[in-house]
This record gives sequence, structure tokens and C-alpha cells, in this order.
Amino acid sequence: MTARGRRSRGSAARLGLLALPVAFFAVFFAWPVAAIVARGLKTDGGWRFGRIADVVAQPDIRHVLWFTCWQALASTALTLLLALPAAFVFARLDFPGKQLLRAVVTVPFVLPTVVAGSAFLALVGHGGLLDQLWGVRLDTTVWAILLAHVFFNYAVVVRTVGGLWAQLDPRQEEAARMLGASPLQAWRKVTLPALAPAVAAAALMVFLFTFTSFGVVQILGGPAFSTLEVEIYRQTSEVFDLSTAAVLTLVQFAAVGAILAVHAWTVRRRESALCLVDPQVTARRPRGAGQRMLLAGVLVTIALLLVLPLAVLVRRSLDAPGFGYYRALTRTDGGTFLVAPVHAVWTSLQYAVAATAIAVLIGALAAAALARRDAGRLVRGFDALLMLPLGVSAVTVGFGFLIALDKPPLDLRQSWILVPLAQALVGAPFVVRTMLPVLRAVDVRLREAAAVLGASPWQVWREVDLPLVRRALLVAAGFAFAVSLGEFGATVFIARPDNPTLPVAVARLLSRPGDLNYGQAMALSTILMVVCAAALLILERLRTDRTGEF
Amino acid sequence: MHKKTFVAAAVGLGLVTLSACGSTGQSGGADSKTVTLVSHDSWAVSKSVLQDFEKRSGYKVRVLKDGDAGQAVNKAILTKDNPQGDVLFGVDNTLLSRALDNGLFQPYTAKGLDKVGAQFQLDQGKHRVTPVDYGDICVNYDKAYFDRHHLTPPRSFADLAEPRYKNLLVTENAATSSPGLGFLLGSAARFGDKGWPDYWKKLKANGVKVVDGWEQAYYQEFSGSSEGKKAGGDRPLVVSYASSPPAEVIYAKKRPATAPTGVVSGTCFRQVEFAGLLSNAKNPKGAKAFLDFLVSKEFQEDMPLNMYVYPVVAGAKVPADFTAYGPAARHPETLAPDRIAANRDQWVKAWTSLVLK
Repeated sequence: MTARGRRSRGSAARLGLLALPVAFFAVFFAWPVAAIVARGLKTDGGWRFGRIADVVAQPDIRHVLWFTCWQALASTALTLLLALPAAFVFARLDFPGKQLLRAVVTVPFVLPTVVAGSAFLALVGHGGLLDQLWGVRLDTTVWAILLAHVFFNYAVVVRTVGGLWAQLDPRQEEAARMLGASPLQAWRKVTLPALAPAVAAAALMVFLFTFTSFGVVQILGGPAFSTLEVEIYRQTSEVFDLSTAAVLTLVQFAAVGAILAVHAWTVRRRESALCLVDPQVTARRPRGAGQRMLLAGVLVTIALLLVLPLAVLVRRSLDAPGFGYYRALTRTDGGTFLVAPVHAVWTSLQYAVAATAIAVLIGALAAAALARRDAGRLVRGFDALLMLPLGVSAVTVGFGFLIALDKPPLDLRQSWILVPLAQALVGAPFVVRTMLPVLRAVDVRLREAAAVLGASPWQVWREVDLPLVRRALLVAAGFAFAVSLGEFGATVFIARPDNPTLPVAVARLLSRPGDLNYGQAMALSTILMVVCAAALLILERLRTDRTGEF
Repeated sequence: MHKKTFVAAAVGLGLVTLSACGSTGQSGGADSKTVTLVSHDSWAVSKSVLQDFEKRSGYKVRVLKDGDAGQAVNKAILTKDNPQGDVLFGVDNTLLSRALDNGLFQPYTAKGLDKVGAQFQLDQGKHRVTPVDYGDICVNYDKAYFDRHHLTPPRSFADLAEPRYKNLLVTENAATSSPGLGFLLGSAARFGDKGWPDYWKKLKANGVKVVDGWEQAYYQEFSGSSEGKKAGGDRPLVVSYASSPPAEVIYAKKRPATAPTGVVSGTCFRQVEFAGLLSNAKNPKGAKAFLDFLVSKEFQEDMPLNMYVYPVVAGAKVPADFTAYGPAARHPETLAPDRIAANRDQWVKAWTSLVLK
């Protein structure tokens, strides 16, 4: 067969693999978002692109843009500052309870923002722990927002940077030391350049997540602070100025697109050849006062910043004697919900399982297509496109669903499947990011050898690819599951009041008066946290390959 | 190896079972025997009263609570051509123009409308909406605080800007909260188009605190509510409702002799809530029957203790607790719907820049 023939067959197969993910994103993402933007910018006479200049020129909007950027930059810097030492500790030091701690560190990342927001309020808010101890209140200040952003994104840096760090050959740094470099010099000249792409990728992800921050800013910031995402929500849902919302959506689109493009570029650079070794051999028991101090410092940071808010949450859920708040969850009170709050746990699990199935199917197909070595520029572009749902306002997607998916055969507005679909949009990018590095690492020669020996493409996939990526697939599924379980933004617009998910139930309980409702919110949050933590702990045991980005 | 296979199989099986359960029955069908009500989260009615309606009319009522009042109206406007329900309840006089200008409703004159007071009929002659209830947005004060500090409570909008009430008032974001907007409109009614920004400048200088929603203001910042006390709330003045004091009494663990909070009577703004037959409703007949039900005596008398509002139908009895602890305001501020329509968005924008930024 000529090279040309093989190439065209390869691209045909790739197109086949991509068909489903492309269709999925077109129907459930691109179309609804386009519909809501068009509703804002299109009039009978045509498009009103002049609105873009008008809106961006408003001082209030400028203020929002400026705040969005600087708080994202500050949050990213603060997260790097606090989490990079932890990345080193997790990569290079060996200590008891490390696996458990790695799971603990990741819990905040998959917690719904309502839960984390209320945990932080219990810590730094009115009548919170700091208020009781020293009369310090940080709510409605930018500090609470920044701290909560570190809380959420700590794991992104630890896992992305730490994952690579663990596999860098320590002998390179040792060689530099032998040649007379100081520890700092050796780190700066040898390790840092090798790590730089991972640091950049992590920083960009943190920047993306904080740039599009919604729940944290709303709950902790109060009315005076507004990010682009919060402003889109207010303009759509409250002011009902759809043209301003559409312009802001486009602005956010452009910004997120730029961030993702740079991110894709750094990820490609990271995949360049590095001399990697088994992480098991690089970690050692801490040696010397310096390393012990570093370990202690990291442990204290984790305890104060990540564990303490969660602990306050758990403690508040136990305030009533005999697990009273937990027992109250099984009763119907008639007012807040039509069903007992504990029912939300079951609803959430069902939705999350359906969402995981969709996300894994879509994500794995996309990853398989993207992993092929001959992937062209167009396909790589799709890689970045898959990440876009992470950076698009949930209210845009939610309202888009309302007006786009309202006619048969896709009249889904009243259907339960809408919730898993929205969650899968957020879960699929995680599946792709987990699967892609592993799939790319599969040696092509194995597949070729199998084919030469007479295996059909399906057999090649089953006998060669599947055994190699099975674990990655499970890890991806676990992540998608945890993310779906905690997804709040889109769900809150779509979930029916008679069938709330866990995060929606928590939000509704929090908005009701009285100790009982507050305690129940804390109890439900604790349950949600435990489920997420359990899922993550299982992942830790499954995960062998640490090149994944999350 | 065997163990792993087992785990994988168990996980797989679990997934299949769970998703199978997830896919069975959760959708409610729309047919000519079902009326779908779209409303906000505060919608509430006694079970027996609703069952009476279902039995009498033969319709089954499906309720779709769709966020707060603003969100429910906005979503209804977005889906106007293919609505999610037949009747919408919960659009108030501050949002009425938005709903009417967008052609959300079709006209219907409800049976029993003649018993509804003329002052509530803001769409008179066209009957696109039916008034259902009213209430007053007023500043509430914490009686214990003012007793303790030997301070007379304020009586009017103007009083709130006086130095002796510095740092005492908490209100809601007018852009996001319906009482917050009501308070802003009340001040605009009181001081006029030109005067209200000056008033708010004074309030700001006098330390008014703005939070996003009523729940936060009333349950966390206000020192007079039972929840606010527990949460350590330290603001003795809050923008709330005239019906909040009776709620404090009725919901108290041990019933106090008098309400622990009072209403600053000169700061009230009248809020009227309406329902309407949605354009393109799939079951207009059922919707009409439901609108009749909303202005029936049975529903009107059931309403006060469920939603903490007053009936609009003359002769509907209000529970004694309700009138004893929370009479409706005698001279509330009002604004004509067309004035609200012409100014609301621009006022809110100006208010946001003035007070929040």
C-alpha cells in the first residue's frame, strides 16, 4: 500500500471516531450557545455587532473586565506560590499517609462551589471561626475570594507539576551538584527548565478556572465584586439584558479561547522528549533539616487552607446530638422539598452515572482520534474546542438549552437527560485530558505487529490498546463521575425542583432560615464530600501513570 | 488479576443498574387534563386546598418552580413561543411591564375579578394579568436594640439618613433582589427622579450595608430575627416585608406576647403579584380554571400563612395572628407601572454605580 493510501485511510478512521463527539458538542453546546447569543445580538434588520463596542466602552463593564483579570492573575500567583512546594513534597519525598493526603488535596477541586463557599463562610464569615477567635472577618473582601481560589486549585498545581516532577530523573540534578552547583542553582538550571512547561500548563488551567469563577465570587464576594461570568449571569438572569450578556459571552469566549490555545501549545511542548523514570524510585524519605521544614510547612498549609474549612463543615454537621441533622435528611418537611433531602443523594448518583457514561464515551472517542500521530492542525484545534465548555458560563448554556432544545425530536426541556448532558459537557474535557497522554504513549509498533499477524482493527484495539488504557479509562471515569456529582452552575438552571441534585439541595437548604436547614445543608455537604473523597481514593489506587494533567 | 476483573465487573454492573434506574419515569406528560403552573420558589398552597381544586375541576396541577420571581419571568419570556406551562404566577408590579411588553400573556377575565379591589388592577381594561396578592416592602427594626440604646426607631425614609442611625441599616442589592428593588423604587417614589440619587448618597455616607439577597440580609445581618440573633447579626434595621413581624411570632419556638420586630411605617413600598394565562399555552381551558381558582375565596384565605402576603379579594378573611402582628401599611409608596417601566433599568444601573462601585 502506498503511503498516501494509508494516510487517507487513517484520516477516514479518525473522522469516523470524531463524528460522535463533534455531533455531541455541536448539538448540546455550540447550538444552544449560538442560539442565546443570536437572541441577544440579532434583530429583524440583522446583526448588531455595534453593540460590542458600546458595551465594552461602559465604565462598569470595564471595571468588571479589569477585576476579572487581576483577581485571576493574583489567584494564580498565590496558588503557585503555595502549591509548588507541595508539588515537590509529593514528587520527591516519601512519607506515611502520602496517598491519602494526595486524595484529600484533590477533594476541594471536585467539591461544588456552594459547599466550599459555605465552608469558607463558616471559617472567615460572620460568626465564623476567625470571627470568634480574633474578630477577623474576610467575607465581602477580595481576600476571601483569593483564598477560596487557592483552596480549589491547589490540586491542579500539585497534580500537574508534581506528576511530572516525580518522573524527572533526579540524577541530572545530582550531577549538577557534583559539578559544584548550589542546591538552588541546580534547581534553577536543571529542574526548573524541565518543569517549566508543566508549571505553565498548570498556571494556565488555574488562570482559566479563576478567570471564569462564579460561585466563589457570588457567595464570598457579595454584590460589590463581579467577574465576567458573574456579570453574564446577572445580565441574563436578573437584568435580562440579553444583548449585553451576548457581548460579554463573546468577550469571555475570546479570552478563554486564547488561554486554551496557549495551554495546548505548552502541553505539546511538555510532551517533547524528557528523560522520565518510574516515580517510585525518585521519592525518598526526607533528609536534612531543610527538607523536613519544607514537609512540615506544606503539611501546615494543607491543614490550614484545605482541611480546616472542610473540618469546620463536618463539625457543624454534627452540632445536633445523635446525628440529628443526618436523621432529619430522611424526613420530608413539606416546605423546602417535595421529597426527603436524602433522596437528592440517590438522584445525584443516577445523574452522575449517566453523565459519566456519556462523558467517557464522548471523551474516549475524541481522545482516540486525537492521539493518532498524524493528527493534523484541524484535529488539534478540536482538542482545544473540547475544553471550551469549561470556560463558558453555565447560565449561557442553561438558557441556551431552554430555547434551542425545545422542538421534537429534541424537546428535552422537561427531560431528566438534560442534567447528565450538561454535566457530561464539563466531564468530557477531563476524560480527554486523562486519556490522551496514555493513548499517545502506546507504542505504534505494538499495533502494527498485531495487524501484521492478522488482527482486525477491532481486535487490535481490544487486545493491544484496551489492556494498556483500561486503568486510564477507569481513572477518567472516576474524575468525570466526581466532577458531575459536584457540577452546580448548569444543573441549578435545569434540575427540576422535585428532583434536586445534591449541590442544588445544599444551595436551597442554605437559603432557608433556621438551624435545622443550615445543619442539614452541612450534613448533605459532608455526604457529598465523602462520596467525592471515596471516588478519588479509589482513583489513587488505580492510577499508575502520573503524566496525566489532573 | 482475578480480583481486578471482579472489581471491574462489579463496577460495570453497578453502573448499568444505576443508569437503568435513572432512565425510568421522571417526566410528567402534558395533556388536556393537566394544568402546568410556572412559578417562583416561594409558591406554596395547602395540600387540601389544591386537592379541592383538582377534584372540582377535574384537572391535575403540575407545578414548575423556576428560580426566583425575576428568573421565572425571564425564562418564561425566553420560551414564549413554546412555553413550559399554561399559567404563570408571580410577576409583580416591578416586573409587570417587562412581561407585558414582551407579550407573555393572553387576555382573560377571571371569574371573581369584580371582587378584586380597583387599586390592584394595574392592567385594567386589557386583563392580560389577574391580581392575586399584595404585600409591602418595609424597613423592619429590632425592638430590643432600640430599647437597649434608648433610641427612638426611625419613622421615614429621611430618618434613615440621620447620623443617629449610622451603620444600622442593611439592604439588598436592587439589581438582584426583589425587596432591594422595591426599596429603591420606594425611595424614588418618595424623592422623585432627581431626588433619589442624593438620598442614596446620604444613605451610603451613613453606612448602609448592601448584601445580595433577602435571606442573607434577614437571617444573617439583621439582629432582630431569631436566626440573625444566632448568627450574630449586628444591624438592627433591615429592608424586609410588613409581614415579617408576624412570621417572627408564628414561627417562634415559644410564642412571645408581642412581636420582637416592628415596621418602619414610612418606608413601605406596595408590591402586587399577578398571574396570567401564557401565550401559546397548551391547555388554555385548564389555565382559565386555575386563574379563577387563584381569586377564589378559598385560595385567597389560604394564602396569607403560606406565602406571607395579603389577599386582594374583598371579604377574604386574614388570620388573626397575621393582622395583629403585621397590618398592611396604611400609606405605602406606589409607582405607576409605566413609570417603573420607563425608569427601572436605568435607575438600577445608576444605583449600582452609585452605591456598589
